[in-house]
Amino acid sequence: MNGTQSKPEARHGDILRMEGITKIYHNGFVANNRVDFSVRYGEIHALAGENGAGKSTLMKILFGEEVPQEGRILYQGEEVRISSPLAAIEMGIGMVHQHFMLVPSLTVAENIVLGMEPQRFGLLDIKKAATMTRQVAEKYGLPIDPYARVEDLSVGLKQRVEMLKVLIRGAQVLILDEPTAVLTPQETVDIFRELQTLRDMGHTIIFITHKLSEIKQICDRITIIRDGQTIAVRDVEGISEQEISKLMVGRDVSLDIQKRKAEAGEVILRLEDASYYDVAGRQLLKDISLVIKGGEILGIAGIEGNGQNELAELICGMRSLKQGRIEINGTSVQGKSIRDIREMGVSTVSQDRMTYGVAVEADITSNIMSNRYYKKAYNKGPFLDGKKMRAESARLVSEYSIKCDGIETPVKMLSGGNMQKVVVAREFSSEPSLIVANQPTRGIDVGAAELVRNRLIRLRDDGAAVLLISADLMEVLSLSDRLVVFYNGAITAYFESLDGLTPEETGEYMLGLKQMELRQIRGDILEQQTH
Amino acid sequence: MSRIFSIIFSTQFFYSILRISTPIIFASLGALITASAGTINIGLEGMMLFSALVGVIVSAFSNSVLLGLIAAVLTGVLVSALMSYVTLILKSHITLTGIAINMLAAGATVFILYLVCGEKGISSSLSSGVLPRLELPLISEIPILGEILSNHNVLTYLALLMVFLTYLLLRKTRLGLRIRAVGENENAALSVGAKPIKYRFIAMLLSGVLAGLGGAYMSMGYVSWFSRDMIAGRGFIALAAQQLGQGSTLGTFLASLIFGAADSLANNLQTLQMPSEFVQSIPYAVTILGLVIFSIIKRKQQVKKLKEIMKQETARIEK
Amino acid sequence: MNSRRIERRFNIIRTLVAIAASLGIAIVIILLVSKDPWNALYNFLVGPVTSLRRFCNVLELAIPLTFCGLAVSMIFSAGLSNLAAEGSFYTACATTALAAILLDLPPVIHPIVCLLIGTATGILVMGIPAVLKLKWNANELVSSLMLNYICLYIATYLIRTQVLDSSLGITGSVSFQTTASLPNLVAGTRLHLGLVFVIIAIIVCWLTLYRTKLGYSVRMIGHNEHFSRYSGMKVGGTLLVVQLIGGALAGFGGATEMIGMYTRFQYQGLTQYGFDGMLIAIIARYNPALVPIAAVFLSYIRTGADIMNRTSDVPMEIISVIQAGIIMLIVAKKFLNTFEYKQVVNQSKERLEEKEM
Repeated sequence: MNGTQSKPEARHGDILRMEGITKIYHNGFVANNRVDFSVRYGEIHALAGENGAGKSTLMKILFGEEVPQEGRILYQGEEVRISSPLAAIEMGIGMVHQHFMLVPSLTVAENIVLGMEPQRFGLLDIKKAATMTRQVAEKYGLPIDPYARVEDLSVGLKQRVEMLKVLIRGAQVLILDEPTAVLTPQETVDIFRELQTLRDMGHTIIFITHKLSEIKQICDRITIIRDGQTIAVRDVEGISEQEISKLMVGRDVSLDIQKRKAEAGEVILRLEDASYYDVAGRQLLKDISLVIKGGEILGIAGIEGNGQNELAELICGMRSLKQGRIEINGTSVQGKSIRDIREMGVSTVSQDRMTYGVAVEADITSNIMSNRYYKKAYNKGPFLDGKKMRAESARLVSEYSIKCDGIETPVKMLSGGNMQKVVVAREFSSEPSLIVANQPTRGIDVGAAELVRNRLIRLRDDGAAVLLISADLMEVLSLSDRLVVFYNGAITAYFESLDGLTPEETGEYMLGLKQMELRQIRGDILEQQTH
Repeated sequence: MSRIFSIIFSTQFFYSILRISTPIIFASLGALITASAGTINIGLEGMMLFSALVGVIVSAFSNSVLLGLIAAVLTGVLVSALMSYVTLILKSHITLTGIAINMLAAGATVFILYLVCGEKGISSSLSSGVLPRLELPLISEIPILGEILSNHNVLTYLALLMVFLTYLLLRKTRLGLRIRAVGENENAALSVGAKPIKYRFIAMLLSGVLAGLGGAYMSMGYVSWFSRDMIAGRGFIALAAQQLGQGSTLGTFLASLIFGAADSLANNLQTLQMPSEFVQSIPYAVTILGLVIFSIIKRKQQVKKLKEIMKQETARIEK
Repeated sequence: MNSRRIERRFNIIRTLVAIAASLGIAIVIILLVSKDPWNALYNFLVGPVTSLRRFCNVLELAIPLTFCGLAVSMIFSAGLSNLAAEGSFYTACATTALAAILLDLPPVIHPIVCLLIGTATGILVMGIPAVLKLKWNANELVSSLMLNYICLYIATYLIRTQVLDSSLGITGSVSFQTTASLPNLVAGTRLHLGLVFVIIAIIVCWLTLYRTKLGYSVRMIGHNEHFSRYSGMKVGGTLLVVQLIGGALAGFGGATEMIGMYTRFQYQGLTQYGFDGMLIAIIARYNPALVPIAAVFLSYIRTGADIMNRTSDVPMEIISVIQAGIIMLIVAKKFLNTFEYKQVVNQSKERLEEKEM
């Protein structure tokens, strides 16, 4: 249980076998349907599948967070029952979660020793905790300051603390749940190197991911899960990204999105020198200027957290702009309420679906109606016209292929992808002239993502202006007609055409390694309106 | 007006602050511990009321205030155990459960009182005792401080000790660390196998102990009887004090003293020609004021914190 | 049958089991405690229907309980915890009493003015925690509970200083003027026009909550405030309005109670109707259509307990056991959860098997 485990002998065969796992959730959703999953000693094994396919559930079962209805688990050749995370930890299975399991106000050492705290005379021995932290950090080459408060650390360092937490408890098998979702490309390189080191030291790693390129980069084998069942187990070397994707979705999904050339119309959105400071005076947006015309998609590439959310919120009215100008169809949004701005033809897909996108306890109809319930079309005198609302809701459910048990289903019973479909059904169907789509396909299955992307293109073709904010480089490069790159609240690059633009070059601007001349950018962007 | 001043600036007044604050200190420490675990213990009021009654009954029938005190504490623990069961196992809403406990206490205490004494108002037919006062040997000699600090009920000194012990528990022990982890990010606790339910339960029981002490003080510390609704909202005032204290033991203690001072002021003002209702509402009005002030402070603190982060970032960039 | 219907069915079962279990515990206590338990139980459970007068007592009590239940249902639907219905009701009683005594107005006008004054008082009182929350984000639970105490003192002050009848042994007002009174519906009882008012109120509340734009936004905000704001709803304003509506209901209820049931203000302490209203709202799951059912239920057992109190040795405070038990069990998510879960799992398995065939 401490960080003094000796290197495991190089063994062969399966360190882990999960056989016939079935798990049905409280709302009736069948997450795992007789799933088989096995991992060999000392390999990096990818577990891939769409959201809602069942891979997270499978790992929760492995880590003792859920109990399956059927099935058995064999660890190191012996059948085991993993009844709790504690049991899993004691066996040597550790999990690094996607959303950090750290206590912000405590120090690194306190977080790492939580649950196994050293004591002296009945009180915490903080010095010993720090020593223990340093020891495990050194052993695995993951330096960290034990006395730093977790809330002050960068995302990459927080993840390092998570890994150390797992390693100090002697984990032989590490489960990593979408570890690179929140990392910069550089941090991703670092963590891959660390994982390979761990593998060379004899550890086994289960790598849950969506990202096909990463699978090819460091994984040895891959298990693909779809609709709660195991579809395929392959060696990564012998399979292409195309084939993986096909197995994940069950049909051909083109990574190349077909779209016509953009036919730009009138200027719909115009930002001029918009700056935004938070309550403390921190500058989150620095003199942003943008122009989007009807019939085109302007992409904003950038790692999340570089001002994109604030920009989206300023445009839709969730925040108020004090410096600079934002105009929609020529009218300033200054002082306008969120509803006013929506009435001006703006629709927003928020990056935080659960908080802003849907009300999970309410039914699908109520969720769809939230931006139009007050309009004359859905009112009969002083009352709401339930019939019309339900009719519209049913129509949209069918149009957007939302998988549900009827329109009165509470949204909480839908999968992530279907929830997002509810969101876009609402936002895209109000005939918007401007759509602000912030991370629209984050965390949803490939099928739903495809639908969302196709809709965005369709809206563009119908003359709407689309602002696509996405940390998914492939997505933003394939969908955008023009591209802007954000770093640290400012625009580092502007590309009027994406011909020949590579992900690597974009990445450099995303990380602030390169910067185009600011005045040039501004001029080029604003000049749009005179074409 | 000058009479008010002469009342306030007297050792009598400061002495009474400590005396009157005692139950609030106990209850607010209980609130602090559960708040650290991420729960708001709305049921403190009811716990204290139950404890006050049981203390009086047991001490009357056993002729021992010590037994009464122990019974009161056990009552607090029992009620908190009930509340824990309902909120943690049955997963009931904490606010509504707390209100239910308070309703239960209000009715059940009168019910039991009637069964035991044949009366619904006050337990005067029972002869229960009062916990002793202590004269602190050396301190009582000090000129002004002595009069303020000495000769208090033993529970008052216990309350002060509890402030220190609570601090020690939350900041310096394993249990306190886990309680705080559970309160701030229960996933963090889960990820290391520390069950949030277990620590919330312990936190609730501890707050039950403290509520028991607070209730015992009400009916056996200053007076020797129980009367219906005698806690009169102190359980809620304690919650407000905990919020004002913002997670620090010292802050919670000081906030409790402030509310105690308001209560004491109200008592003293009654001797003047003010309408009794106005005076009686002072503690409650002060609590509302305290809540508003807390919210304003919290907002300012958030701003301050963001400013600090900004400073750090600029420093890092400049390196 | 889909998962949602299973959920609904279980909610009803939960409510009934919670009520039955709490009643059961109370009955057990009565059996243990009373020297003549069967008599006590009879009076408790059957007493209210043993005479027309007693049955009308049940309806009479149900009226203010329904008003408070409606008030709290509206407020809780918005996700708020403002419990100042208690103080709103009480203070409205006091101001109504003042209006009923001090104002000289002709017959139909006088009660109308009294009702308006009571309603306005309710709005004012409920508005205080609402504004504190709106402006400073002060927790409305604690501030409303504190306000209830303050309301008690304000009301007492008003009665004591303005309209005190010193010939009574207790703090109470002089008689209301005869012009300020609501007509009776059933001769020989105290059942008054308020019954009609409350039925109207139920209909209005239900329509508002489920069929108007305001009601829709109240419910959505109760589900998810952020979502509602982002969708364009005016959250702050809506929350304020719904609390004021709650205050109006509680105030109107207080005024109705004063001039419908009584001829002087005689309350010696808070009526607890506000908290009863909370219980009723919980049983009714905030649905105005179900509020009267819950109110009549509570009124029935209250009246029964009162009869039992007067005719036997069991104090009426036994009610609090039932009330607390009901609240705790109804709100418990895990209560009977395993049964519901098993049904859901079985249903899913059946569906899977159908698909595979």
